[in-house]
Amino acid sequence: MTEKKLMKGNEAFGLAAILGGARYYFGYPITPQNEVTEYMSRELPKVGGAFLQAESELAAINMAYGASASGGRVFISSSSPGIALMQEGLSGLASIEAPVVVLNVMRGGPGIGNIQPGQADYFQATRGGGNGDYHLLVFAPASIQEAIDMIMEGFNIADQYRNPVLILADGMLGQMMEPVQLPTGEGVYSLEAMLKTKPWALSGHEGKRERNAIKSVYLKQDLLEQHVETLWKKYEQAEKELVDWEETNLEKAQVVFVAFGTTSRMVKEAMAELKNMGLETGLIRPKTLWPFPYKAFDNLWEGTKQVISCELSKGQLVQDVALGVAGRKPVHLIQRTGGMLLTPEEIIEKTIQIIEGGE
Amino acid sequence: MKPVFEVTRGMRDQETHYCPGCTHGVAHRLIMEVLDEKDKLGETIGVCPVGCSILAHQYMDVDMIEAAHGRAPAVATGIKRVHPQRWVFTYQGDGDLASIGMGEIVHAAHRGEKFCTFFINNAIYGMTGGQMAPTTLIGQKATTAIHGRDPKLTGSPIGMAEMLSTLEGAVYVERVALNSPAHIRKAKKAITKAFEIQHQGLGFAFVELLSICPINWGLPPREAIKWMEDNMIPVYPLKCFRSPEGVK
Repeated sequence: MTEKKLMKGNEAFGLAAILGGARYYFGYPITPQNEVTEYMSRELPKVGGAFLQAESELAAINMAYGASASGGRVFISSSSPGIALMQEGLSGLASIEAPVVVLNVMRGGPGIGNIQPGQADYFQATRGGGNGDYHLLVFAPASIQEAIDMIMEGFNIADQYRNPVLILADGMLGQMMEPVQLPTGEGVYSLEAMLKTKPWALSGHEGKRERNAIKSVYLKQDLLEQHVETLWKKYEQAEKELVDWEETNLEKAQVVFVAFGTTSRMVKEAMAELKNMGLETGLIRPKTLWPFPYKAFDNLWEGTKQVISCELSKGQLVQDVALGVAGRKPVHLIQRTGGMLLTPEEIIEKTIQIIEGGE
Repeated sequence: MKPVFEVTRGMRDQETHYCPGCTHGVAHRLIMEVLDEKDKLGETIGVCPVGCSILAHQYMDVDMIEAAHGRAPAVATGIKRVHPQRWVFTYQGDGDLASIGMGEIVHAAHRGEKFCTFFINNAIYGMTGGQMAPTTLIGQKATTAIHGRDPKLTGSPIGMAEMLSTLEGAVYVERVALNSPAHIRKAKKAITKAFEIQHQGLGFAFVELLSICPINWGLPPREAIKWMEDNMIPVYPLKCFRSPEGVK
């Protein structure tokens, strides 16, 4: 059963989390994602969940750490500078192998930056962000519907891998409205059922089992190495099982664009116009940023002469594109940053310049 | 023959990593004794700090988790939201609680979180090797204050119990010391009361336990106890700052 609705991105993200079974949310105000926090404060208590406005993002992620380690299904959200503050906890969550779904509604940076949409947290999201050897499982929605699907499924993936899942959205997706289809009902959640699937969680041993000690410190170097190797087995499995992308018109494309999230929508508009102008273009749209779909680039044919990364950052995605292309084609970059969006017109103009060798 | 003293059931049979003379062992034992007497070992969840007691879970026979430096009160807040019926406590040192974790402890107290915090104040950073803490006494030497703490540069010792007792949510705030049998018995009473307050859902309960760090103070344990009595207790008076009526 589904119901169709017109929803604002940020509210839809919150609803998706509740439908996905999240019953614990810890937030701190930051634009452009405040509607998520407000929505959770209003809606979570109605389904018996707990909402708490933390004193900082640092506290919020550590509350999430405690709640997740206790077997709860936890959702948290923030925007770029707030996500930066949460890196300590994300590294910790990956270390103790506790699941959580984190939403980053990205804005312009560095520093305080501004509140317009951006994609410049790509490195932070895909390269670690916090200290030590770990990965987040990173999903990049291009529409509100896709964000809903990714958030809901994200809870299962986080539980399955016992690792934080990051949904990398941006201020555009958060602030706009789109029609969406939602499953009806409130999502199934029972702490007792959760705890049965999470025997490692803190719950009180009741004298019936050994006490659970959830550790992040391994003072002996061989034990820490062993722990990281255990984490790495999961990441190798994630690379096989989770990697996902959409590809469009690769078989005919002279030029292949690579873009994720909001930017991929601008690229699709530019592609339609370029086709009218007689140029066949294609698109690789990564849906997972980590693991990254490097193997998508094996599908390029000999007629593709240029690969162009389109992004709202000074060239971060392009580094993974270059790794995927592996020297087989020239790789170019079309970008804006600081909260500026790429327009289809700008993409068309710069693509023509690249083809004509003007760049 | 009837034994007059036994190992507490709540303490696991482990070799200690604490230094000779350290009072962490006393504090651990008191908390576990109280939980054992209340038959709550199986229904309690503890949070270990960063510092010497990050390995407290090796000794305490309750479900426990290690928190990042200073964040134990935030972690406990999350745990208590999921398990409101369980007893939850944080065990934190003075570098952890009064320095890097000042924000988390103040706001947990301010919200009136229904868990207990046991605050080990030994006026120095232990695990990292004797650096100055916010609780270090004026003139007390530390590896980052080699001529002694100078209040003109680094302020005066922070009274955490005094500060937290100004917050409405911190319904029970008491400072005790682990220097003598009489004071240790008082400390146990305070720990019992803190859990009782949590059990009744009255608000945040905070017990500060003045402790010693013989190694980093550079004193043998007996002299360290004497140093605490002569120097710390005058700066950190032992008293109940705040308590709800009728709770024992």
